[in-house]
Amino acid sequence: MNTVPAIPPMDDLNALNDWFDRRFDERLAAREAAHVPSMTIIATKGTLDQAYPPFILASTGAALGWDVSIFFTFYGLELLKKHLNLRVTPLGNPAMPMKLPVGPQWLRDMEMDIPTSVMAITPGFEGFTSRLFKKGLQAKGVASIEELRELSVEAEVRMVACQMTVDLFGWKRRDFIDDIDDWVGAASFLPRALTADVNLFV
Amino acid sequence: MQNANQTLDARGLNCPLPILRTRKSLGAMLSGEILELIATDPGSVRDIDAFCKQTGDQLLSTTDVSGEYHFMIRKA
Repeated sequence: MNTVPAIPPMDDLNALNDWFDRRFDERLAAREAAHVPSMTIIATKGTLDQAYPPFILASTGAALGWDVSIFFTFYGLELLKKHLNLRVTPLGNPAMPMKLPVGPQWLRDMEMDIPTSVMAITPGFEGFTSRLFKKGLQAKGVASIEELRELSVEAEVRMVACQMTVDLFGWKRRDFIDDIDDWVGAASFLPRALTADVNLFV
Repeated sequence: MQNANQTLDARGLNCPLPILRTRKSLGAMLSGEILELIATDPGSVRDIDAFCKQTGDQLLSTTDVSGEYHFMIRKA
């Protein structure tokens, strides 16, 4: 326990000021020590590459002892489906490096510069790049989305689904995992974001 | 050096798995007990340090044993 200094006489303004500042700092420090950091994430993308940031950040935040919620809206809801079939394509995604995750080192180091027009007309190109991407993740010891999602649920990350999106795309609640905490709209999620220390839009 | 109460093998795992497994292992341990974590993810050197600063657990030592990182963590 801190020893609270006696309140100075009421006519000694300087001493009163110092006393107040000291008490204020003590109270503030106590409040900060008791504060549980919180984070809200808005997940809007449903591709394999963009599925990683929300789950990595959420599970890590939870591991740090933070109170974490993710609001899944629009294509982000794909990440809550019971059966995940996430894909990725370099089409319209020019920053995505096209490298082979297997084979001899010289081949793996080579950046494949495939023209967009070729990617667009090659049948099965999206499936091919998605399989390569998954192989790369496996080879580097990066967890699968299923695993990260399960770890997030285990760590008590709150999964919040956007009801409007579910209605818009004509999905059924039974299409989604059972671990969803809430089915709400923006007006229910934003007040939670308002008081969070960290807000992310992914 | 004190002996570990528990050892966690996180070799071959990449961010954020070593952190998540560490959290889980520490969660099942008693205050004051020591967890030895072995990881190969080079990012874990900075991340485990940051993790301990945030959670209040104490990072007793970090040693690089030919590309394998050994961390000794005392649970808060």
